[in-house]
Amino acid sequence: MASVAHIPVPRSNTTIPVPTGLFINNQFVPSLDALEPIKVYNPATEEVLCEVTSAGEKDVNRAVAAARTAFKTTWGKNVTGFERSRLLNKLADLMERDQQSLAELECLNNGKPVKVARDFDIGDSVACLRYYAGWADKILGQTIEVDRKTKVAITHPEPIGVCGQIIPWNYPIQMWAWKVAPALAVGCTIVMKPSEITPLTALKLSELVVEAGFPPGVVNTIPSLGSVGGAAISSHPDIDKVAFTGSTITGRRIMEAAAKSNLKKVSLELGGKSPHIVFESADLEQAANWAALGILYNTGQDCTAGSRLYVQDTIYEKFLSLLAVKAKELVIGDGFDEQTGGGPVVSKGQYDRVWGYIESGKKEGARLLIGGEKRSTPGFYVDATIFADVRPDMKIVKEEIFGPVLSVGKFSTEEEVIALANDTTYGLAAGLHSNDAGQCMRVSQALDAGTIWVNQYNMLNNNVPFGGKKQSGIGRELGSQALDEYISTKAVHWNYGEKLEWPL
Amino acid sequence: MTTTWEHEFNTPVFKGKVSFPTGVFVDGKFSAGSTGKTIDVINPTNGKVITKIAEATVDDVDRAVKSARKAFDTVWGLNYPGSERGKLLMKLADLLEENQDEFAAIEALDNGKTFSWAKAADLGMSIGTFRYFGGWAGKSHGKVIETTEDKLAYTRHEPIGVCGQIIPWNFPLMMMAWKLGPALATGNTVVIKPSEFTPLTALRMASLIKQAGFPDGVVNVVVGYGHTVGAAIAEHMEIEKVAFTGSTLVGRKVMEAAAKTNLKKVTLELGGKSPNIIFNDADLDKAVNWSAHGIFWNHGQACCAGSRIFVQSGIYDEFLKRFTAKADSLRLGDPFATDSYQGPQVSQIQYDRIMSYINSGKEEGATVHLGGERHGEEGYWIKPTIFTDTKPNMRIVQEEIFGPVGVVIKFENEADVIKQANDTVYGLAAAVFSQDINRAIETAHKLHAGTAWINCVNQLHPEVPFGGYKQSGIGRELGEYALDSYTNIKAVHVNLGHTI
Repeated sequence: MASVAHIPVPRSNTTIPVPTGLFINNQFVPSLDALEPIKVYNPATEEVLCEVTSAGEKDVNRAVAAARTAFKTTWGKNVTGFERSRLLNKLADLMERDQQSLAELECLNNGKPVKVARDFDIGDSVACLRYYAGWADKILGQTIEVDRKTKVAITHPEPIGVCGQIIPWNYPIQMWAWKVAPALAVGCTIVMKPSEITPLTALKLSELVVEAGFPPGVVNTIPSLGSVGGAAISSHPDIDKVAFTGSTITGRRIMEAAAKSNLKKVSLELGGKSPHIVFESADLEQAANWAALGILYNTGQDCTAGSRLYVQDTIYEKFLSLLAVKAKELVIGDGFDEQTGGGPVVSKGQYDRVWGYIESGKKEGARLLIGGEKRSTPGFYVDATIFADVRPDMKIVKEEIFGPVLSVGKFSTEEEVIALANDTTYGLAAGLHSNDAGQCMRVSQALDAGTIWVNQYNMLNNNVPFGGKKQSGIGRELGSQALDEYISTKAVHWNYGEKLEWPL
Repeated sequence: MTTTWEHEFNTPVFKGKVSFPTGVFVDGKFSAGSTGKTIDVINPTNGKVITKIAEATVDDVDRAVKSARKAFDTVWGLNYPGSERGKLLMKLADLLEENQDEFAAIEALDNGKTFSWAKAADLGMSIGTFRYFGGWAGKSHGKVIETTEDKLAYTRHEPIGVCGQIIPWNFPLMMMAWKLGPALATGNTVVIKPSEFTPLTALRMASLIKQAGFPDGVVNVVVGYGHTVGAAIAEHMEIEKVAFTGSTLVGRKVMEAAAKTNLKKVTLELGGKSPNIIFNDADLDKAVNWSAHGIFWNHGQACCAGSRIFVQSGIYDEFLKRFTAKADSLRLGDPFATDSYQGPQVSQIQYDRIMSYINSGKEEGATVHLGGERHGEEGYWIKPTIFTDTKPNMRIVQEEIFGPVGVVIKFENEADVIKQANDTVYGLAAAVFSQDINRAIETAHKLHAGTAWINCVNQLHPEVPFGGYKQSGIGRELGEYALDSYTNIKAVHVNLGHTI
């Protein structure tokens, strides 16, 4: 395996060089475990782009040791907030500088259109890095009134330490930024395991980490299989905290491993089956746009996908026709084509999974409105699929599909739809469309989800917290709350006036 | 037609050509003032004119306020997201950093402080301050507040609007950064009056602000006299907040004017007569070094200068001996010489003021232990001066001198020195030196001052708030607290079901 893969960029004469080793201590190195390299695929063509090193347990140990050393010497409490801020801003500048080539690489490995990767994924990621750069020198403790004559009580917000971060394949660059930025802003060091399906941009971003000037060991990147690297990280005795984004089923394993090993802190960003509600007073044209976005953005591969649509009975058929037209308008195709609004699903595995659900929907008797037909050409393409008249007990209504497959149900009253919406073990997001302000308030208060969109969907902001209730997760990302996930508070009780009488 | 200034620096520490417009900067453009008159900018090393800059007038202030109001309503305020405001402030910091040597040179020429201090302290802090507040933009959150189930109550943190800012001549660039940082981060627009004594770095900043990409009208720079432009700002019916740094005397006038006109919000950063308390168990050499820094840094022209040095009797003689030697060793010289510590005072007026205090000290019977006189033939140098054998009611003990003049006072016990230290109308800062950290903290807590330094003096960070108790000021600058001065809080009550 070559140490640098040169990935050809379609419709051009250029290639993008991607280091294929493991990134430890600011260097790309071969594996100590000598596992089978990871084959990295282009989901639009089903072809192999290149191979990258697959990290094993020895490599994880090495990365953790590097992160620990950095935490004790050049990072952690040894670096000022001001310096952390400066480096994060520099990293943001570099990501912005390289946005075009990073977007092309993201498209080749993940399938999402180049323009979406550049303007949304990378644009938001650059802003995310800058947002947390701003926080780095503003992590404040408190002075707390106790007894003014004798004692001062203060809290120090300290970085937790070495953090394992495991990120998914649906937003490789953006998930990287969401994890890396707050951890570094607070002063933690990182062992990052990008998804084995989409490791390329994480490796490329590691080069920028060096160029920005982060000391060695502060960020380490080790692509590996979940069952190897993910397991090693979650059970590692010298990792102080693990942050995971991915499926609920894997999230459970991570939390279990954390509990059984060293009780490392855990934050989880898991799945969802988010309800999207359209009331009769809504602007139907707009609601249809948002509903289409809600299930088709990123080809439905979004933890917050509005995958259960509930439409009020008085506007049901009208809205369905409107939505069907909208859904068909999205061009799903080659990400290098300017017209394309959505790409293929990321892998064969996902392709098979999503089609499994489509077949189940047909079998359980849902009304197929659009889609449901496989393409005959190469690429893991799934066209927009809408099932109507669904029942709560159907598989396509209960389980997360993670593809462009929408289930639509009907309701008549507000109470009824709130009950339907909340009838899930998930609680990540929800959306509602209504022109009745009182209704907007009531329903947003009643829905059990960490993010509620009112007359909108899918739009997040770096300074607004995001995370799940119930089995959609533990902890929050984005906003100032994300910092709390990487902080361990120390309380100092400083006596200057009390003399202890002994015995009591 | 705007005035411009071109100058060739050819000094041991900086060589280079500067050239920039020095007109009245309103709505993104430089122009002559409405009367066409100019102000002479004087070089304090020799009293000669460096250049003439456009004099802004009351009419120019009106123009600036209109421009700032329009910008606030259309392209700034809540129309411009916090993350973008932060980006511009970061860009400004980057530009300032790229040009830091040039700025340090201009500051040294205009103010008289040495190039090396200007670069290390003034530039470092200014760049850091812009970056710090750039990071706050978009992070000033309101709260959602629990009341009853049939109501949603929350607060919005909104920018105030058009803010007037009046800054002094002792740290011209740094004071500009302290003012612009929080005001712009929170979304306000600004009409700022730099001191007519030291306008050059502020005017250079105006070009940088334009270069960084701030929309026209967001920052307007009007250099004019206190009794014209300063008063116009304090009295203006459409300026909703005024921030002033300067003498307590003028601070009162600003607050009075605000009260008489539109009750605009007022924050003040005024004078001080800060005590520096040195206990017997202090680390003597360190205390000496810090005390010298406390009173002689920036030629004593610092609001927080530790100008009353209280030394416990057990170490008084030894302290005085070492402190005098230290003060005597400070090199006075050309701001651009590599080995100068102290340049001239900023102006003839200040020189005269300080010399008059020195004379009053002599007349009232204090001992001139060191200095007490002019240095050199031209310019405004005053030798580091130490008075001893003072009485509490002497003018040199009560009043702010704002020069390199310290009074050293012997004390016996803790209770007595705390009483003396607090016996002042001021309350800006205080310092305590003791190796017994418990006692140091206890003492610091008892001093009536907005900043208490323990085993150090004159330490400032963009992240840590700074401001005065009593007649040293109202409000805080730096740190998160600075944002409060530029924020209007609106409480929103959304009724969800309560009928009446």
